[in-house]
Formats: sequence, C-alpha cells, structure tokens
Amino acid sequence: MTALLELEGVSKSFGGLRVIDGLDLAVNEREIVSVIGPNGAGKTTLFNLITGLYHPDAGQIRLEGRNLVGLAPHRITKLGIARTFQTLRLFLNMTVKENVMAAQYGRTKAGPFRSIVRTPGMRREEREIHQRAEEKLAFFGKRLMGYRWDQPAYSLSYANRRRLEIARAMAAEPRILLLDEPAAGMNPVETHEITELIAKLRDDGGYTILVIEHDMHVVEGISDRVTALDHGVKIAEGSFEQVATDPKVIEAYLGIGAAEEEADADAAPA
Amino acid sequence: MSEPERPAAPNASDAAGRPKIGVDEWVASAEERHERSRGLGGLVSRGWEGSPAEAKLIVFVALASTLPFWMNEGELFSYGLYTLLYALLALGLNIVVGFAGLLDLGYVAFYGFGAYGYALFSSNHYGLHWQAEASIPLIVLGTAAVGLILGLASRRLLGDYLAIVTLFFAQAFVAFVNNSNPKVAGEGLTGGPNGIPGVDPLNFFGFKLHSTKQYYFFLLIVFSLAAVGLYFLNNSRTGRAWRALREDPLAAEAMSIPVNRLKILAFMFGAGTAGLTGTIFAAIQTGVVAGNFDVALLITIYAIVILGGLGSIAGVLFGAIVINVSTQFLAPSNDHPELKRWLFYGAILLIAAKIRPWSRTAAVFVGTAAFGFVVHAIASGISSDWTNGTVVDAGSAASAIRNWVIVPSGHTGFQTWAYIVLVAAIVVTSQLKGWWRMAALIPTLYWVAVVWENVLVQQSAVTALILFGVLLIALMQARPQGLLGTARVEIV
Repeated sequence: MTALLELEGVSKSFGGLRVIDGLDLAVNEREIVSVIGPNGAGKTTLFNLITGLYHPDAGQIRLEGRNLVGLAPHRITKLGIARTFQTLRLFLNMTVKENVMAAQYGRTKAGPFRSIVRTPGMRREEREIHQRAEEKLAFFGKRLMGYRWDQPAYSLSYANRRRLEIARAMAAEPRILLLDEPAAGMNPVETHEITELIAKLRDDGGYTILVIEHDMHVVEGISDRVTALDHGVKIAEGSFEQVATDPKVIEAYLGIGAAEEEADADAAPA
Repeated sequence: MSEPERPAAPNASDAAGRPKIGVDEWVASAEERHERSRGLGGLVSRGWEGSPAEAKLIVFVALASTLPFWMNEGELFSYGLYTLLYALLALGLNIVVGFAGLLDLGYVAFYGFGAYGYALFSSNHYGLHWQAEASIPLIVLGTAAVGLILGLASRRLLGDYLAIVTLFFAQAFVAFVNNSNPKVAGEGLTGGPNGIPGVDPLNFFGFKLHSTKQYYFFLLIVFSLAAVGLYFLNNSRTGRAWRALREDPLAAEAMSIPVNRLKILAFMFGAGTAGLTGTIFAAIQTGVVAGNFDVALLITIYAIVILGGLGSIAGVLFGAIVINVSTQFLAPSNDHPELKRWLFYGAILLIAAKIRPWSRTAAVFVGTAAFGFVVHAIASGISSDWTNGTVVDAGSAASAIRNWVIVPSGHTGFQTWAYIVLVAAIVVTSQLKGWWRMAALIPTLYWVAVVWENVLVQQSAVTALILFGVLLIALMQARPQGLLGTARVEIV
C-alpha cells in the first residue's frame, strides 16, 4: 500500500544551516502521525515545505504519488493538504464564519462576473458555502456557534482562535490536516478537549492528520505513530512508547549523557 | 438608566462541571455591553447598522432624484454631477485599497486613460465620433487590460514598494500625455499640453445626452448599478478572498486562495471602474488635458475613500459628498461666496466643540469673542489702517467680521507673518496641558479667523488642501476607521 503523503530525501538549508536533512516520512490514510522534537528541530519548516511555502533543495514530496515540489501553496491546498499555523494567522478583521467561508475558495467556482449578477448557480454555491462553514464550526460543540458567527475573529479568546484555525483548515476540505501545535497555550481542560477533538477529526471527519505537538500527554493520547526530529534529521520513529524511550530522543531533549544516567537510575534500585 | 439585557452565560453542554472562570460567552457579553454607545449617536449608528442595504440604496436614489428639481443648472453641475463622478471614481479605488488592501497610487492614471480613450474615439481629433455604446465597453476593457499589465508587473510587491511603483506609473502617464505627443495617423496622439478639445457628448444608439440633468441621471444610474454590483461582489467568494488577502496574504495563500491572481483581479476591476468614470468625465468636460489627472486628484480620491471608511461602499458616497461639497464651497467661481465662510467657521466650531466639559467649551467661545473685540479695539486705536482693509466676499456676515477681525490695509507682508504666527501658535497650543492650553486656545482660535480672513479666503486651492488635512487629522483622532467604516484591529 502506498502512503497518502510521502517525503523522500527532503532537504532544506537556509544559508549554511541545514534545517531539514534527507528526511523520509510516510503518512498513511486515516492515520494520526505526530512530529516531536526540541525547539529548532525543523518541525515547522517541515510543514512549510509540505504546504509549498518553502521549496525543498532536494527530495520529493508526494501526495498519492503526485509530486508537489514546485507547486504554489494554493495549488497544494487544493490538492488536499491544509494546515494551521503555530503563530495563529487568522483573518482577524473578518467574522468567524467568513474566516471559514474564505477557505473554501479553492473548492468553489463562481467567478467575479457571476457574483456581480448573482446567477442562480452562484447563489446555490453561496448557500452551500454557508452550510459547509456552519458544519465545520459545529464540529467544536458550542464553542464557535450561534452569536459567535458574526463576531470578528479578533474578539475570540486564544483557545477559540486555535479552534477557528482548525475549522478554517477543515473548510479547505483537505485529505490531510497539518496541525502545528494545536494545544499550545491552552489550559489543561482545553488541552484535554483538543486531544479528544483530534481523535474525532480522524474518526468522524475522516481526515488523515500530521501534527506537531510539544505536550507529551496529547502526543500519547492521539498518535498512531510518532516521528522524532532533531537538527532536521529523523532520530526515531514508531509507537509513542518506542520513541519516548529511545535513547537518542532522550538525548535530544535532555542533553548528552542523559540517556545513560536515566538507564543507570533505572538500574540502581533493581 | 437600565442595564442592557445581559445574555445569561450559557452552560455549554460540553463544559459541564468545568470551571466557570474564563467561560468565553461571559467575556463576549461584557464586551458587547461596553461597545453599545448611548444617546443620539448610538441611536443613529444602531439605526444605520440595522437597516438593510436595499433600503439605504432606495433612500439614496430617492433623495438624489429630487436634486434636479430644486437646484439650478450650475448647482446641479458642481454639487450633484461632480459628487457622483467622484463617488464612482472612489468606488473603483475602494476595490483596490479598501477591499484588497493594495496601496495603489497610480489609480488616477487609469481615470486619465479612460478619458483620453474616449477623447480619441469620439471627438474631432481623429474625426472618429464613435457612439458611446461602442467606445465605452472597449475603453473599459482596455483600461482593465492596462490594470492587468500594471498588476502583473507589480504582483509580488506589497505596501510601500507597491505604492512607489504605482506612483511612478501615474507620473509616467502624465509626463507622457503632456510631453510625448507622438505622431499617429498624421496627428499628435495626446495633443500634448493642449489636450484634446471638442469631445463628443455621450451618444447611445443615436440618443445624445446634452443637458446637465440628463448627465446627472445617467451618472446616478451608473453609480447605483456599480454600487450594487460591487456590493454583491464584496459579499461573494471573490470579495471574501480579497479581504483574506488584505488581512494576511500568506495565510490566504495557504487557504487555497491564489493571492497573485486576486491582486491582479482587484487592479483590473479598479482600473475598469476608473476607465468608465474617465469616459463620462471626458464627455462632461467636452475635452481632456493632462492636468486633470494629477496628484491633487489622487489625494482628493484617497481623502474620499479614507474619510468614508475603507471598504465601505456607502462610506465612499458619503466621503464624496463631504469632500466635493466642501471643495465646491471653496471654489472661486462659487455663486454664494459666504458659503465657504460658513463651512470654515462651522468646521472650526465642530472641532472646538469636542472640548469637555461643556462649561469649558462655552468659556473658550466667549473668551475668543471677547479677545477679538479687545484686539480689534486696540489695533484700531493704534492706527486705523490696521482695521480698514477690505473683507473679501463678505456676504451676510460682513459687519460682524469688520468689527471683530483685524484686516489691515497697506501692511505688506502681514499675510505671511500672520500665517507663520498661526503655525507657531498651533504648535505651542498643542504642547501645553490643562488650563494653559485653554488659555492659549483663545488667541489661537482668534488668529485662525485672522488668517482665514486675510489669507486663506483668497486662496481656495490651498485652503481646500489644508481643510482636507485638518479634517483627516480630526477624523483620525475621533474615528480612525472613517465615518462609515468598521474598526479594524491590527494586533491583538
């Protein structure tokens, strides 16, 4: 079975700094894969490469066997990859619903002239856009419903902005969702909620999900597989337990020797 | 004073048994209470926001249709026709700057392109005399094509860079039209500094528009259609994509919006609208010269769009009314010269009335009046030539002005000094605080009147620009989003 998303030998340098170095990665249909790694490991760069914001220096990125390298970001999104931003890049002065409606651009057709004269086809499409936006927002329970639709996005709380980012990405109707730190800045209750939501996105929404996350409880709760990066190189891959106990991963997070110390500490009481 | 009804903080079903602190519904209700303004202003703004767009359009068209019945030909021309012309022109700029957020300083070149296009196709210049139903669509498409070219060339530019490149384009257009005048078909193409005279009136299928009234109604129909079309466009997929690109081009691109294509589309729609307005302008003027499309017009159009509120179609119309009517009041050819005086003192009063509390406002007004009489008495006591100058365009307020404002005769250089003193006085007043500021405000206000009566009243063009500047500064303080615009938040 070929994977839905495949990266093969992808490399990216900024000046002399190799941010991603010969990375291979495969994400299968309806799988949740987490990418972990210390700050500066190249996780967000990986997302920028997949979504076409950066072009790789070498290697291939394939969606269902189709090479994405060199395509414009909006083309890649149209082909089925949508993302959220770690730093939150909502359309702040548009309403909550408009944010979600805007992301359906690539899935709709009505041109400017048809919009000006409001042809029946354009009006039908517009109704569908509204309906789909409401569906996506309903995914978050009551968080983004009702009176919130007409509020500008800047009036939302931080956690709701993260939810709206996800709703907006969903509205692009992708096969794969790339979530960049969906739980960052959330309180424990909200973190718990987002963990459940990501599972629901896969189970009910049918999305394949690639997620960057620092909160290990979230990673443990959702991941089918975990990939650990350090200095742009994949240092471990497998189930959460395998990766979390991998000496290289512990070393990357805690420093050289930490893995041995931990092994010693484990050994001592025995 | 009753507390507005507070929506009960809903107990989200998925939040059962969780801490209530930070329930965001409660925060939202608090914000709502804060934003709802009281009094007449609140009533007006709520009424405005509450009424549907169709109703606003009908009211506007109904009111505008009455104009020809109570205005004479000249008034209809300068107040009615020109307001609509500016409004239509600003509507196009609003697409580029308001909807898509692109700082396009080359906009008037498209207007000029449309005007020259019509002048070439329908005038004695080449003797072509095309009918308007043939030349206008062709020119609109041609101008949109020029917009496409400029858009293609600058599609990767944003902000300051885009502003500079488009400004070059505008200047290049004026320079070309003025100086180049290449020989095409045995005739200079642009007529050089003389422009192209003898442009035909608009002529649709043999029906010629020949009176101001006909042009006015034609323009009213064109403007209404354009406004409705753009309203629909703004509320469509394309409009949302433009707003998204204005907010965050990178996120828009990542959300399947082809940013470059939409930028070019905005340029084309803006250019097409400007081209259309240009054709009508050329027909109304029965001639074109390069001077019609200079930076002063660009400033006027930007002032209209910013004053009305970026991105608001009704705001564009409102801005056009305010700017054009005040410009016409200040015009030297105005039939009612005292109108400009009322406009000036009215604007000053409006700004000064912002002082709070009211007792202080009253004190400043009374103080300024008294200060004036005292200064006038002293000046005429020293020498009568300090107060016996001629009051320009005195009108109904002549005697009041003659006894209050000093208008010297025979003191050359007074005008220059008065102006410099005014600038200094404004700077000093703005630096002072509290009671000192109030005290300094009285002579400053009086000196504003002196400068007006001695200098500005005779120099309408300068006054208009100063007035726009003051108006925009005052607006920036009071309502940064423009009169009818929605407040935008840049960083939160």
